[in-house]
Amino acid sequence: MYKNFFRYLISAIFLLGFSVNSNTDFKVGFVYVGPTGDHGWTFQHHEGRNAVEAAGIKTTFVESVPEGADAERVIRQLAQSGHDLIFTTSFGYMDPTNKVAKDFPNVKFEHATGYKREHSNVSTYSARFYEGRTILGHIAGKMTKTNTIGYIASFPIPEVIRGINAMTLAAQKVNPNIKTKIVWVFTWYDPGKEAEAAQALIDQGADVIMQHTDSTAPVQTAEKAGVWSFGQASDMQRFAPKSILTSIIDDWAPYYVERAIAARDGTWNQQDTWHGLKEGMVAMGPYNSAMGADLVKEVEQLQKDLASGKVHSFTGPIYDQKGNILVAEGKVADDGMLAGMSVYVKGVEGDIPK
Amino acid sequence: MALYFFTPFIAIILTILGGGIIFYILGFNPIEALKFYFITPISNLYGFSELLLKATPLCLIAIGLSFCFKSNNWNIGAEGQLTFGAIVGGGVALLFYNQEGFYILPLVILAGAIGGMIFALIPAILKTYFNTNEILVSLMLVYVSKLILDYLVVGPWSNPEGFNFPETRQFSDSSRMPLLFESLRIHAGIFLALAAVMLSWFILYKTYLGFQIKVSGLSLKTAKYAGFKGKTMILVVFMISGACAGLAGVGEITGPIGQLHRMISPDYGFTAIIVAFLGRLNPFGIIFASLVVALTYLGAETAQIFLQIPKYTGQVFQGMILFFLLASDYLLFFKVKILSLKKNELRH
Repeated sequence: MYKNFFRYLISAIFLLGFSVNSNTDFKVGFVYVGPTGDHGWTFQHHEGRNAVEAAGIKTTFVESVPEGADAERVIRQLAQSGHDLIFTTSFGYMDPTNKVAKDFPNVKFEHATGYKREHSNVSTYSARFYEGRTILGHIAGKMTKTNTIGYIASFPIPEVIRGINAMTLAAQKVNPNIKTKIVWVFTWYDPGKEAEAAQALIDQGADVIMQHTDSTAPVQTAEKAGVWSFGQASDMQRFAPKSILTSIIDDWAPYYVERAIAARDGTWNQQDTWHGLKEGMVAMGPYNSAMGADLVKEVEQLQKDLASGKVHSFTGPIYDQKGNILVAEGKVADDGMLAGMSVYVKGVEGDIPK
Repeated sequence: MALYFFTPFIAIILTILGGGIIFYILGFNPIEALKFYFITPISNLYGFSELLLKATPLCLIAIGLSFCFKSNNWNIGAEGQLTFGAIVGGGVALLFYNQEGFYILPLVILAGAIGGMIFALIPAILKTYFNTNEILVSLMLVYVSKLILDYLVVGPWSNPEGFNFPETRQFSDSSRMPLLFESLRIHAGIFLALAAVMLSWFILYKTYLGFQIKVSGLSLKTAKYAGFKGKTMILVVFMISGACAGLAGVGEITGPIGQLHRMISPDYGFTAIIVAFLGRLNPFGIIFASLVVALTYLGAETAQIFLQIPKYTGQVFQGMILFFLLASDYLLFFKVKILSLKKNELRH
């Protein structure tokens, strides 16, 4: 009896805590994995948030939320304090997002780059960054003198492997002798490690450096060494004006504004979004004039064709490292294959770390 | 002596005042900001349970550290011992993946404690037998442990169905800490922390070992003169410290996290050093200190959510607490004497 009473008391206080904090204004919350000033991944999500704010919707953000035990509390607090739509912008928030979503069926959740949508109020979204990689590959293939492209990779997940493959395939098309050298740094953001990796690749003869990590250290290293590089996530041109040929820009703003308005107006539905150049979620930075007018024209055309669907990043024939066929001639890889990509294509050096 | 236990309160009050001034300079209403910082996070049961959840690992590690610090052994690498404990405990949890049995969780916890203990023994043995500096060795081993964890979650232990993402499988329920209340995250690990508090009080104040530790801390020469075996004691305090850190690590992964990945601890092992000193290396003081420091974490989140105050103020608060604590110690316990040159000065 006493035990039951205690239990009811606790639930009552617990529920009271939820109800006291709820409030009627429509609000959108953002959870960032890094600081807003990283000039990479989080910076671009923050730009997206600014666009939502500019559209007249109130927003809140929490930055540098570790992907461990703290993430769930932050997401829950946002849900509890009257936020109606919450963007969790890193892969590591996948399980906490779904867990909190279960307890707040009236709050909508949008999780970036994940694959779990366990409840009807969880959507996922990501961008087809590989389309940008195809453009980088085309440029790199034309610009390299040593036929060696250096690639700083974070983790051997499908997204990163897809980027390596898309880049290599495009480079091979314009320069059959191309070789892709990869250094795995096992971090998304560590300027020291990234700079070391860039230097190691340059020492191995790479004269074009690209990165699937978020800091500006690789492009700055490339600038110093006098080799070409590409910006990642945001337009990094001002950090290495001579070296950067272009940047792949993540433009979350249109999607965030669209989803926020949908949630406010009650038209939000669960979905799995994978947008690319066509929708503008992937955009290219300004092309460096050092590429020459002809090459700029070529890649501008390529960018248009990728956006219109005339060209696909993964058009057969595509072979793996051992020469087995992955995609037959005349076919393109489907989204399922892209989503689970876990082998290198021919021309990439080394093995995927296991 | 009363003053000795009073200074932490002075430090906390000064920190709150200092925080208010910083908020004021940043353009926030200081009273409102402090309210969101120190009251809102624990104004409901969920918040309070989160405070306890956050304080649990801090308390456990700080209790362990108090043994080391009391005896003049500077173990700075609790973060590494936590990580290694989590690795060993997590390994056992993965070994029993999808198996049932009441014995699994105790085994996992025990493995975590042993892991932390082994990892703490490295600087202890190097110190006692090779005269190395335990501060450097224990600190450097933090990076070693994190690299081992990185290697395991990326490579051999990564989830086979996880698309190569750097994390292991979710542990089965049989190796998860039982939750105390439904829909709250607070788990049975808190009893481990409380048990550690009781046990450490007993050891420190009621046993011969505790006496040795205290004497060694006050004066190493006296300890030697009294014939205490210094080496064994150093090994023992490091083992206790490591076991506590390992327990904290295994509590995190079997509690709120539920798997191994690269971000199992937001530097609890380092923050616990502040907790240990704020708690005056006293078991009950440490309970109080761990709650205060845990609150600075939660407060930083709440303040950012409600007022958009940068989350890094949490670290500023932790820094201020330590700074004011050391400063008030200095000002309270150092006597100012004006000396004149006399005969005995010339002897030096």
